[in-house]
Amino acid sequence: MTGETTEQAELLSGGEMLIRALRDEGVEIIFGYPGGAVLHIYDAIFHQEDVEHILVRHEQAATHAADGYARATGKPGVVLVTSGPGATNAITGIATAYMDSVPLIVISGQVESRMVGTDSFQETDMVGISRPIVKHSFMARNAEEIPTLVKKAFHIATTGRQGPVVIDIPKDTTDPRVKAPYVYPDEIPMRSYSVPEKGHPGQIRKAVDTLLQARRPMLYSGGGVIQGEGAEALTRLARLLGFPITNTLMGLGAYPASDPQFLGMLGMHGTYEANMAMHYCDVLLCAGARFDDRVTNSDPSKFCPDATILHIDIDPASISKIVNADIPIVGPVASVLEDMIAEIERRKAGPDAETLKIWWDQIDRWREKDSLRIPESENGLIKPQQVVKLMHELTGGDAFVSSDVGQHQMFAAQYYGFDKPRRWINSGGLGTMGFGFPAAVGAQFAFPDAVSVCITGEGSFLMNMQEFATCMQYQLPIKIICLNNQALGMVKQWQDMQYGGRYSHSTYAESLPDFVKLAESFGHVGIRIERPGELREKLSECFSLKDRLVFVDVLVDPDEHVYPMAIKGGAMKDMVLSKTERT
Amino acid sequence: MRRIISILMENEPGALSRVVGLFSQRNYNIDSLTVAPTEDQSLSRLTLITDGDDARIEQVTKHLNRIVDVVKLIDLTGGAHIERELMLIKLKATGAQRAEVLRVVEIFRGQVIDQTGTSYSIQLAGTSEKLDGFLAAVSDCKVLEVARTGVTGISRGTKVLAI
Repeated sequence: MTGETTEQAELLSGGEMLIRALRDEGVEIIFGYPGGAVLHIYDAIFHQEDVEHILVRHEQAATHAADGYARATGKPGVVLVTSGPGATNAITGIATAYMDSVPLIVISGQVESRMVGTDSFQETDMVGISRPIVKHSFMARNAEEIPTLVKKAFHIATTGRQGPVVIDIPKDTTDPRVKAPYVYPDEIPMRSYSVPEKGHPGQIRKAVDTLLQARRPMLYSGGGVIQGEGAEALTRLARLLGFPITNTLMGLGAYPASDPQFLGMLGMHGTYEANMAMHYCDVLLCAGARFDDRVTNSDPSKFCPDATILHIDIDPASISKIVNADIPIVGPVASVLEDMIAEIERRKAGPDAETLKIWWDQIDRWREKDSLRIPESENGLIKPQQVVKLMHELTGGDAFVSSDVGQHQMFAAQYYGFDKPRRWINSGGLGTMGFGFPAAVGAQFAFPDAVSVCITGEGSFLMNMQEFATCMQYQLPIKIICLNNQALGMVKQWQDMQYGGRYSHSTYAESLPDFVKLAESFGHVGIRIERPGELREKLSECFSLKDRLVFVDVLVDPDEHVYPMAIKGGAMKDMVLSKTERT
Repeated sequence: MRRIISILMENEPGALSRVVGLFSQRNYNIDSLTVAPTEDQSLSRLTLITDGDDARIEQVTKHLNRIVDVVKLIDLTGGAHIERELMLIKLKATGAQRAEVLRVVEIFRGQVIDQTGTSYSIQLAGTSEKLDGFLAAVSDCKVLEVARTGVTGISRGTKVLAI
């Protein structure tokens, strides 16, 4: 801080500086929960109106709500929690954001500096506990450095491969009696942190050469394309080339699902055609995906055996981590894709139409398998897939859809059909049950007039249902569609397939709450749907109640499995297609 | 294959734990590690020994570079380099053994830095193999205590690790 600015700067306490810095960073909303170590900060919040604070009912929900806000908007989510249990409760949410590269700023209170290390009340080593699941972390040493730390935290969280950053703030640094001049820096030079700005032109030319010579090309894109705002460029490139494209669970919406070039999601529960095309392709362009084991099916040596692999990623550490990249391109995905488009257009070249047609004919034959056809109901019960399809229809396919983790998550991914990026909000990497509801809270705050739906299961929902109270306080008209199969469905499916149907601790039908009454007790609307015949009418009713939170408890067929499903240890072409059919 | 990786990093609290944490998190080995501030007090230089094939070392260095506190790093084993380790060793030596120990110390170009009537404290610098060699050469004596610093190193020629 320079001498001249000091003279003009306003004198603020550390707590006031923190909130002022958030304002100067453009933050409009933060999610948090107060406690002893952050009381000075909460008092600073009380005295201003620039930054709105949302009181959640559990710190984990604060992180997921901020995460949902970040995924829906592309802006960083901000969380404020107290020390000790407040901080540890936030850990699952931080890990969730870290695994999916979501920009979060987590501000945790800490005991006074002089007490740190003495096992004082509500003390925990937050910087230490969060270290493996953050992009970076800071502990404030004094009030003066708080603006600088905030500036650095936002810069680190939102650039390069994005991720959560923790700022741990000892209580004494926010003392209202200690004031210092407030200056928010425009820029912070950091010699140890830089991000790639462009892809290497030589690598891009090589990649284009390879793509144009491909006989059986495949495009595979992941969450990085959404986070890196590359969906538009990806769509243009795919259309320019006329190549088939698949999206990962995290990448859904980066390419319109309704487009004929889209083969559906790939991987463990991917479509038959997407997985077959992956296995037999000769050139694979991976954009912003990381060859996760849920895609490569645990044995990377069997992955795309004939393919030359092109990999675009902003994080060099993602390249050749699991699968060796023949042509790696490190750079921001949107800029690299734009450069590839420019290179193709400059050459006035395209792929050989006849060769490509032979490939598409093959893909069309795979498509005839219709791997996502919904099985006939044999027991008169609602099929969960039906519910998701109807949801798509009733929301015009344009809702913000969050999910929890399990069968319902896969059904949502397979059947909703996302045409736009940032509409699908789910915990793909960490697989956090309890994520969906608070994430829907974040999305609803980001877009108050949009439809924010949480597709959940009764197991996941019970993990963060306290947010019913938050939704009442802020009058959030979220729609919760619970595919209630009275069991931990995905666990049960694995037990069916691999453990001889021994349902060890995956069923609890006799102890479930009455979800309708539960929702009503918080002041919301509850609807139960038990028969296929009433599905349309009651689901329509749910979406017609624009101003109310509606919890829809849909009793679905408890024996339904998610298919296709990758055969463990196999290649991508090895799938179980139904209870009776395998590839 | 054994690798020596030297890292320049911000001399900030927590930087070391981030580097060490990375190795345990990602299941990489650290055989030895040495760290101290450089001539520029804002920077620390950390040198560690790990092992792995080229693919693994590529991952290790990429992940190290991802750590915000890491400014720059070099795999010294990728080129001609000089490596040194310092060892302080306390030996029990009485009677005829005393002259024998002094002879071995001289051969290995070590220095006796402290003594009592029944012991010698010896300082020895060199490659890890040389230090191992010394320990083998005095294996008839009772070793009371050994303190080794771990390997540090520098590239040969004009190549430097600096900002």
